Formats: sequence, C-alpha cells, structure tokens
Amino acid sequence: MSVDTLFDFLGSIIPAMEGSGLLLVIAILIPCLLLFLVVAVNAIVMVYAERKVAAFMQDRVGPMGQGVGLHAGKWGLLQTVADALKLLTKEDIIPKNADKLLFILAPFMIFIGAFVTIVAVPFGENVIVADFNIGIFYILAMGSLGVIGIILAGWSSNNKWSLYGGMRSAAQIISYEIPAGLSIIIIIMLTGTLSMQGIIQYQAGGMFNWIIFANPFSFIAFFIYFISVVAETNRTPFDIPEAESELVGGFHTEYSGMRWSFFFLSEYANMLVVCAVAAAGFLGGWHSPIPGYFDSNGWGIFWMMSKIVFLIFVMMWFRWTFPRLRVDQLMNICWKVFLPISLINIFGVGIWTLVFG
Amino acid sequence: MGVVHGEEMVLNIGPQHPSTHGVLRLKVKTDGEIISEITPVIGYLHRCFEKHCENMTYDQVIPFTDRCDYLAAMANNFGYVVAVEELMELKVPEKVEYIRVIMAELQRIASHLLALGVYGLDIGAFTPFLFMLRDRERILDMFEMTCGARLLYNYMWVGGVSHDLPKGFVETAFQFLDYFEPQIEEYNKLLTYNKIFIERTADIGVLPQDVAISYGVSGPNLRASGVKWDLRRNDTYSIYEKFDFDVCIGDGGQGTLGDCWDRYYVRMLEVKESVKILRQALAQMPKDGDVHQALPKKIRPPKGSIYSRTETPRGDLGFYIESDGSPIPTRVKMRSPAFTALSVLGELAGGWMMSDVISILGSLDIVLGEIDR
Repeated sequence: MSVDTLFDFLGSIIPAMEGSGLLLVIAILIPCLLLFLVVAVNAIVMVYAERKVAAFMQDRVGPMGQGVGLHAGKWGLLQTVADALKLLTKEDIIPKNADKLLFILAPFMIFIGAFVTIVAVPFGENVIVADFNIGIFYILAMGSLGVIGIILAGWSSNNKWSLYGGMRSAAQIISYEIPAGLSIIIIIMLTGTLSMQGIIQYQAGGMFNWIIFANPFSFIAFFIYFISVVAETNRTPFDIPEAESELVGGFHTEYSGMRWSFFFLSEYANMLVVCAVAAAGFLGGWHSPIPGYFDSNGWGIFWMMSKIVFLIFVMMWFRWTFPRLRVDQLMNICWKVFLPISLINIFGVGIWTLVFG
Repeated sequence: MGVVHGEEMVLNIGPQHPSTHGVLRLKVKTDGEIISEITPVIGYLHRCFEKHCENMTYDQVIPFTDRCDYLAAMANNFGYVVAVEELMELKVPEKVEYIRVIMAELQRIASHLLALGVYGLDIGAFTPFLFMLRDRERILDMFEMTCGARLLYNYMWVGGVSHDLPKGFVETAFQFLDYFEPQIEEYNKLLTYNKIFIERTADIGVLPQDVAISYGVSGPNLRASGVKWDLRRNDTYSIYEKFDFDVCIGDGGQGTLGDCWDRYYVRMLEVKESVKILRQALAQMPKDGDVHQALPKKIRPPKGSIYSRTETPRGDLGFYIESDGSPIPTRVKMRSPAFTALSVLGELAGGWMMSDVISILGSLDIVLGEIDR
C-alpha cells in the first residue's frame, strides 16, 4: 500500500501515462485522502470512546439515546457526529486584538504536525503509506512541529492565559521529547534500523522477541517512553498547558468552533501516532504475541490496532484517574528522573548487547 | 541558586474563571508563574442581605439566609433561628432539635462532599468530583423528601421546622449511612492518598495557628492548623452536648501542619464524625411530637440584642440581631466564616506558583454568596 506500489499499479492500468508526473501526484494524493479519513474517523471514534470510558469510570452512562426524536443514536453512537456538526456551524470568532494571520495559522500548524506523522505509521505488514528508511526519526521530527503551532496559538491570541499555556507547553513538550527520543534510541540500537517495518520485522517470533522484553533496560525504556508521550500529547496528568481549572483553556482559550476542533483532531491523531510508535517499537507491531497464532497477513492489522487501542485506553485511564501535576514538578520528573534513567538505559543496553548479544 | 526576575504582570483571575468558586476576582501580580501579591476583589454577588432584613419580619428573613451560603442552606437557617429563639427565649420541642441536628449534619456532609470534590477538580482530578456528587445527590434526595426543595430549603422556622420528617425517612437515612461509610475509604484511595494529589497539596499554603487566629479564621480551616475549636463542643448550642463525636484537627499528616492537604483531610474526617452524630441522632430521636407545637403566633422579640453563633460547614457563623420590640428587626448582621477565610488568602498565597494559588483557594472552601451577602 505504499506510494510506489500505487504508482506502479496506476501505471499498469493506464499504460499511456506510465511514469508521468501526474500519476505520481495522484498516487500521492490517494493515500493522503485516505489518511485524512483515518484522522477524522480516529477522532470521531476516540472522542466517543473517551466519553464512554470516562462515563464507565465515573459511574455514569455517558452519551445515550433512545426512543423517537432528536437524539444521539443507539448508545449515543452519533454523539461525536452531533458534536462535529455543532462545531462546524458555530460562529467563527477571531479576537479583535489577536494577530490574525498567526491565529488562523496555528491550528493548521498543529494539525499538520499530527497529520504528516501518520504517513510513516505501519498498520500492518503491507499497510503503510511510506516506509522510509528513516521512518522513526521522521515521526519524531514531524511530531515536534506541533509545539510551534501551540506556541503560535498561545502568542497570537493576545490573552494572558493563552500565553501561559503556550509557554508551559513549549517547555513541557520540548523537555519530554528528550527522554522519549532517548528511549527510542534503544530500539534503534537493538534493531540497527530506522525503518518502521524493519523495526517490526526484527521482533518476529512471539512476544518474548519483542523489544520490551529484550532486556531489563528496554523494559524500563518502554515505560519512560510511554509516560513521556503522555506528556507530549498534553494529556492528564501532564495537561498543564490546557489546565482547565487553572488556565481556563490554556493555549486554546480564545479558539472556538472548527478552529478549536482542529486542536482536538490533532490531539487524538497525536495519541494514535505515539501509541502506534510504542506498539511498533516495543510491543512487536503487527506480530501476534504467540508465533503462528493468527499470524497470517490480514491479522497484522488486528494485532497492531489492538495494541494501539490498549495503549490509548491506558492513556484515557490516566486521564480520568489522576490529578494534574504542577509545572515545576513536571520539569523535575523530566530532567531529574527520566533523563538520567534514559541515559543509564542506553549505556546498559550497550553493555547488555556486548555481553549477551 | 540565583533567581531570575522579569517584569511583573498583573493578571485577573476571575470574575469568570472555572476555579474561583463563584464570582470572585483575584488581582494577581505575577512574575512568570510565581505570584508575588494577590488581592481578592469581592462584591460581585452583593445583594444587600443585611439591609433587606431591616424591612422584613423575622420569619421572612429565613429564605434569605438560605441564599447566603447556598451550599449549606440548612446550616444557615439553623444559625438564624437559633439566634432569634435565643432572643425570644423560646424553647423548642426535643423532636425539633433532633430533626434540626440531623438536617444540619446531613448538610455538613453534603457541603463537605462538594468542597472535597471540587477541590479534586481544582487539582485536575475529575472522577472523585463525580463520585462525591453522586453521593451528595442522595442527601439532596432526602432533603427533597422532607421539604420539597433540593438547594434552598427554608426548612427551619423560628420555634420549629416547616415539615415533620416524612414516613420512612429514618430508614432511608440509615440505608444511606450504611452505603456511604465505605465510600469514604474509596475517596481516600482514589484521591486523598494519591501521590500526585499529595505532591500538589502537602506543604503548600501553610496557615500557622497564630495567623489563623489573628485573622479570625474558623471552622475546618482553623482546625486544620491544629486548633481544637468547634462551636458544637466549645460553645454548644441546640442538643449537641448529647452526642459523642470528636473534634478533628489537622496533624500535618503528609507535610506541614496547616497545609492544603490538612485542610482537605480535616473535612474528610469531619464527614466521618457527622456520620457518627447522625447515627446517634437518628436512633435517639423521639418518635412522636408535633414540630409545629412551639411556633409563636407572632414573632416579636423583646427589646434588646443578641449575638449567637453556630458551626456551619464553613466555620463560625454569627448572627447579631437587634430588636426594638417590633416584628421587624432593627439590624441583622451576619458574620461570615468564608469572608475571614478569604481574607487570609493574601497571606497564604504570596510566593507560590499559579497552580498553587488555585489549590490554596480551593482548600479554603469559600462560598461567594456568603462573602458578599
């Protein structure tokens, strides 16, 4: 399902245009459209899931609908659709003193950061838009684009609360990228490749070949990575840039309607990406936990998705259980705990590979 | 370690802000995240309660007391009627006293549950808030069962209460208590002993005993600083001397004595004590008796004045009433416990960070309706 195969396939059905630039553009646009669909559907499903998970944990029923009339469908399945319609029809407000250009640009910056990373995410053995040879590096690099958007949003709103949120998130996201990145270095050290598919192929042959169980250091690295990405996606207990009860809404205080929803679209897309990287990098990607058990081609998507869904559920579980940390405590954890442990991890994995590898 | 100072910025927290617990404005001087000065600006909810009282008969004042501390309306009713009865030297039947204590203690649980839950919300924990509101709902159901109202009751009258307890109330109350007591442990597991919650509240906003006393802070906020002072014990009113309960004080369990965690935990302990009082009161209450028996035909206290105080969930609620012998009070003054709690905020919050200010404000459990009156 990569762009190359699509390009060849298109060339073979329209031989007259084989190899032309137009076909290449079409071959690129088709997966992009599909990806956009993935992002949109992902957000719709995840907002619904989050509502239901929250309701389950809080002893409520969550969105429900029954009987005749205007309601959110069976079990509230249409709740997110209703939300989306509401957001689309809302008035588009740009504050008078805001920096208009940057204000409009910010949600798109964040969205682009989340959207382009999905290109390199493998969903199955053959289901990946582009298997770069630097796939994991690309995801890390593009993932950090989002923080620019958040700072822009915080700055351009011309609101003190937004500025607080923007500055907090700049500090937070940039800090937490370091332990996350250092944990990923362990994957690269073990597999010797940056390609996402290459990393997954290395972990073939049952759950004890997964990188999380490769050695004690990588086991720790998985948890450091996961906690760091929870912070990177601004989820509770690290949601200080939004911090509803302190900063009102943080960097998106002044946003409304569809512009606001782009922040959420990208938050959920980001969650998908970071969980996919955790699943691919540490939990064997699309491999079955038991070799030969539903390990055929089509089941790859099932295994990958179930791992991603589980990790996303854990993130939601965090959100509805934990209080929020304070900004300096957050930084302490990052710089005084995670960073040293990550460095020791890298050292440890090096020695482990030398001795046992 | 050197400290970098930047330009100071004045930030308005409120009047519209999710964590100011009402319409409160805090003028905050900040240097980045650190707060150097904090000035509460109040009065957005001022409704001339005290002036209104000078134009109404004594019983017409009661619904207004509901609206002062709208989260503990029963306790406010209680405070006012106790003051008027003391002024009139009126003796109420024993059953009425029991009903009043039951209602006041149920109200204390309801009010503390809201305070604790919203405090969790201030810190960022959503789920405990909904758990506590779920249980508070059952108390409100019981109030509704008794007097038809869920928030503003106008239940306690001078000389009695508006309605007798309905059939099945005692059983419902016991059922609730049996259900509720284990829930307290669940709250503790979920929120009180959560590591992040302790990190956010322990050692934050320490209120020393002498400062608390000099500002006139009362109620759970004072007890959290280690002062054993509860009007139900120290200046007993109604029939509180009949019950066996402890006055809970803070002990600096997770940090310094008088920090936010102590203020939170004292409320949690008080909920347990209220359950204890309720069990005794429900068991001892006389089965029959007319709650309207002692209602005076006309409330016309003799010439004179009275200052009477009661222990509401927020602390020491005082009513000063001056009478000239007519059916209309000459002057009613309410001493608000939340007002004194708010006035100590400037002392507590200086030097802490933005997030701590929210956490300190939440731990004081203020109700703006009572502060502005």
